[in-house]
Amino acid sequence: MSTVDLQHVSRWYGNVVAVNDVTMTLGPGVTGLLGPNGAGKTTLLHMMSGFLAPSRGTLTVDGAPTWRNPDVYRTLGLVSERESVHGFLTGKEFVVASAKLFRLANPEDAARRALALVEMEPAQDRRIETYSKGMRQRIRVAAALVHEPSVLLLDEPFNGMDPRQRFHMMDLLHKMGDDGRTVLFSSHILEEVEQVSGTVQVMVAGRLAASGEFRTIRRLMTNRPHVFTIRSSDDRRLAVALMAQDSVAGVDIDATGLQVRASDYGTFTRILPRVALKEGVRVRRLLPADESLESVFSYLVGAR
Amino acid sequence: MNATVAMITARGLLGRRRIWLLVPLPLMLIGLALVARVSGVAPVEWGEGIIGGLGFTAVLPVIALIVGTGVLGSEIDDGTITHILAKPLPRSEIILTKLGVATGVTALFAGVPLFLVGLIAGAQALAFALVVGAVIGALAYCSLFLLISVVTRRPVLVGLAYVVLWEGTLGNILSGTQKLSIQQYVQAIVDWLAPTELLRSNVSVPLSCVMAGVFIVASTGYAIQRLRTLSVAGETG
Repeated sequence: MSTVDLQHVSRWYGNVVAVNDVTMTLGPGVTGLLGPNGAGKTTLLHMMSGFLAPSRGTLTVDGAPTWRNPDVYRTLGLVSERESVHGFLTGKEFVVASAKLFRLANPEDAARRALALVEMEPAQDRRIETYSKGMRQRIRVAAALVHEPSVLLLDEPFNGMDPRQRFHMMDLLHKMGDDGRTVLFSSHILEEVEQVSGTVQVMVAGRLAASGEFRTIRRLMTNRPHVFTIRSSDDRRLAVALMAQDSVAGVDIDATGLQVRASDYGTFTRILPRVALKEGVRVRRLLPADESLESVFSYLVGAR
Repeated sequence: MNATVAMITARGLLGRRRIWLLVPLPLMLIGLALVARVSGVAPVEWGEGIIGGLGFTAVLPVIALIVGTGVLGSEIDDGTITHILAKPLPRSEIILTKLGVATGVTALFAGVPLFLVGLIAGAQALAFALVVGAVIGALAYCSLFLLISVVTRRPVLVGLAYVVLWEGTLGNILSGTQKLSIQQYVQAIVDWLAPTELLRSNVSVPLSCVMAGVFIVASTGYAIQRLRTLSVAGETG
């Protein structure tokens, strides 16, 4: 059982603040670090991994700082986003070398277990440079797991994986969490985080925007205001009916159709089909506007 | 020394295509000496040009540059160093292992041809002294280039500037810079071990020994220090 503790951690590069006053405590189980690209997730993970000094604040794993402390890697397993590996080694050589560098008593056995865990035995004797992106990712996970660390940090682990590998990786993370390990993985995709982790930390523009149970965050996200563009067989009739709904804050009507400002994303998407059916209006097109992750996240920041 | 780090380093160095860059220079060195010998020129006349002018001015430092930056600089450049850094290894162990591998490979690629050139010149004692000089020079150059690899992101460029501008050009114009030139130390030590007419140095032997030692210890010590605080840049958010 290990705890990763961050107290008022900031990191800046010159005038640019990459991570701004983040305080969080990670315990056993799987936690998702969610945020759009450029939010500071990688910088935060680099600091947790001991590859970067915090400009301010303290960052510890079980009370020991990660910066300038190589001994911390006995409890830490890392899978970075950059997929650089020593491509001239075979997969097995790479994992065995990792086991030896961790000074494990029986590196060959440990490597065999780790390779089995990520299902890489069939390709273990090929050079890594011949691997696909997903295979490289899995071999790096095997190398990070070989010493059975109590803390596992993964930066965008699902990138470049096909659905089957993705599912397998999610399963693996679940198991690690259930074993009582502290697992943190970053992602910019909401659905990935939803499927893997119960707790989530949301980062936006260097700040911790929200943290807690996934369900709470999901509710915040589905209850956000939203704009939809609708085309239907009778725009004016639909507009009148929609205005009667509580979840609709306003409707604009012009030659291109309706612009509906919903005050509650979740409720509106549920009532729209019912209203249309009741009025006998055929909805030809429904387009959510500004459905970018950034807008969802910045709403979360504002909602706090 | 760490056997696993040494294995990865050696395979990374010898398995890449850039290793072929090391082949032409030694061949050229041996070839020129052979041509001189066959055409009947006295070793006194070609010795300085080939051993000092080519061997110690170009072959040894350039091989050390390719190897010394190859063992660490290229790993930092492509990010594979993180796999070594994310292990509970003392940073001194990593640097000393890389230095050992680099020195060994450099001494091999520069020492063997120099030894052969010594034999071609008909001076056996000199041949052995040249090997000793190659090993000392390899150690000093590699420790310097390892340090440069940790300190800058363009180690080859900075290393080349040291070899060409500092040792090569300024060393011939200003006698002061020779006091801070690995090439001069190596030549002084070789000439002291096997005095011949073939090599000259403008730096005294005691100063050369001390300064070579200072170069090696200071560079290595500082390289270890810098590796401890090497930041892996987070270029993506």
